[in-house]
Amino acid sequence: MANNMKVLADKCVGCKMCENTCPFGAISIVERPEHPKKFKFAVIDLNRCTYCGACIQACKFNALELKKDPPQTGINKNLYRGVWVYAEQRHGDIANVVYELLNEGKSLAKKLETSLSAVLIGDNVKSKIQGLINRGADKVYVCDDPIFVEFQDDSYSDVLMQLIESEKPEIILMGATNIGRSFASRVAAKVNTGLTADCIFLEVDIETRNLLQTRPAFGGNIMATILTPNHRPQIATVRHKVFKGAKITEGRKGEIVEYKPDVRTLLNRTRFLGFIKDINTVINIADADVIVSGGRGLGGSEGFKLIKELAQILDGAVGASRATVDADWISYSHQIGQTGKTVAPKVYIACGISGQIHHMVGMNSSDIIIAINKDAACPMMQSATYALEGDLYEIVPSIIKEIKSLRCC
Amino acid sequence: MNIIVCIKQVPNTTNVQIDYETGRLKREGVESIINPFDEYAIEEGVRIKESGGKVTVITMGPPQAESVLREAISKGADEAVLVSDKAFGGADTLATAYTLSLAIKSIGNYHIIICGKQASDGDTGQVGPGIAEMLSIPHISYVKKIESIDDKLIKVERMMEDGYDLIESPIPVLLTVVKEINVPRIASLKGKLTAKKAVIKILDAKTIDADITKIGLNGSPTHVMKIFVPPKRTGGEKFNGTAQEAAASLVKKLVDTGII
Repeated sequence: MANNMKVLADKCVGCKMCENTCPFGAISIVERPEHPKKFKFAVIDLNRCTYCGACIQACKFNALELKKDPPQTGINKNLYRGVWVYAEQRHGDIANVVYELLNEGKSLAKKLETSLSAVLIGDNVKSKIQGLINRGADKVYVCDDPIFVEFQDDSYSDVLMQLIESEKPEIILMGATNIGRSFASRVAAKVNTGLTADCIFLEVDIETRNLLQTRPAFGGNIMATILTPNHRPQIATVRHKVFKGAKITEGRKGEIVEYKPDVRTLLNRTRFLGFIKDINTVINIADADVIVSGGRGLGGSEGFKLIKELAQILDGAVGASRATVDADWISYSHQIGQTGKTVAPKVYIACGISGQIHHMVGMNSSDIIIAINKDAACPMMQSATYALEGDLYEIVPSIIKEIKSLRCC
Repeated sequence: MNIIVCIKQVPNTTNVQIDYETGRLKREGVESIINPFDEYAIEEGVRIKESGGKVTVITMGPPQAESVLREAISKGADEAVLVSDKAFGGADTLATAYTLSLAIKSIGNYHIIICGKQASDGDTGQVGPGIAEMLSIPHISYVKKIESIDDKLIKVERMMEDGYDLIESPIPVLLTVVKEINVPRIASLKGKLTAKKAVIKILDAKTIDADITKIGLNGSPTHVMKIFVPPKRTGGEKFNGTAQEAAASLVKKLVDTGII
């Protein structure tokens, strides 16, 4: 048995609707070889086709036929209930994205008429439990043991797998952080289920209880909505800042479940030897509401002093284009774009960045883009919410001055 | 030290154009390249090998993915394996990890597996850790430096948002690497000649003894329900005038929107 996709030649009129819809460029419209009037019809390149079915919906003539094998997962989805949020902590602090996930998780749980739980793994983290309950968790699973003092993929994924197998949640949300993305991949493979990375929009289908996970692909050039229809739990990592943080209700009541795994049998092959803090990073780029970025237009490493000054006054983080990192003006941890970080702050200020596609894919989902550039025709200026044409060494100090004068009065 | 580097063939993003009228990716004439992150994986593999051993590059994809394998050989890899079968089509990250893990088992005798941190088309970073899980070996993601390595232990720096962690792992291990780890070399003329002549081993579903319920679209828990093009960002307001005037209008806007 295999999947099959075909064009019903007697129905196809060669209208191109399917060709235009296919995200994989697998359909082309060609002339019918034997037709006297050379009418056209659609041909599918099965080497490119992923059987996604987008063309089926587009075709107005029912001229496309898709046969997919019915899934045989043997999973009873009805046994899985409840929404979980993985309460990621690092050095004992809960990641901000967790509070955003609790907010979104709460609304998904409400629609599904089920409960919201948080899962907290760490050492000496019990003081964080009430904060999770105050932000909407009905239940908190806690795995508190010295073995979990630092994040390790092995031990963390092993204990989460045990919890999933005994408690059977239907949805698990994790932050799309370095930890979350690595850890979620391992967990999904362990429990043999679907994982969708970097989601920016979530919705549930009440009837099937499927999670509709929308995420950017091709560096944000296209969006895809992804389902895990036949497996449970449905796991998604979610980007920072796409949901608002949960409101705090002091003294809210919730259930606390302590889970004590047999730590001797827990997988624990890697060893944590130490952590070296990046002293330049005052504000985490992924967490920042405002990012001020510098590009080649700065002209030299000195220019980042000005960028830092503006960032500081706006409580923002410092970003950089690839060219400046390659030129050693600033460290790689600041690089935004295809080979750097993907960010989506409320405000992104691009100073002297022309907006090569490699850079744009890393920041084009920011709410507000401000471009400061001498070249009004460059892509960044063209797509910015607010474009300021001119010398950044004149404009940026003016902005700083303006904000300062505003604040002192 | 035997190293396996997993690579992916992706469309060159600089050339991926969207037709906003039709909402389609214009793929005609778009060249395929090695996923940019995999360049660092290949380079790191070749650097480790320089003190003995060999590098095998592996990719899952259609027959034309052979070209990226040849390119990897031109940059110093010794052997190349193409995991290709119509039955693998439509695989998501879990099915891909399963397929590659079987192919790696069939290659056998490896010490280190290296992947790029993610692919530039899918942007998930899920396949590497998935392979490690299916091979029952540890993995370390976001590696920015290999501090030391011998036939039993490896010590690496794992890049985190706030700095880096120092992690030690027994071998075999799977690493996913970030850009900071090295500067990839450019293929030499000799390398290009070697690549041209290289024999690429092809593994299909039968050879790796794949369970057909775990490969391709059928073996994929995730399904794409719909694909759409986000509305294009159109240019907004332009602030003209002197630097002071433009700055003043901008700051006023930021105050109005509540940013300041």
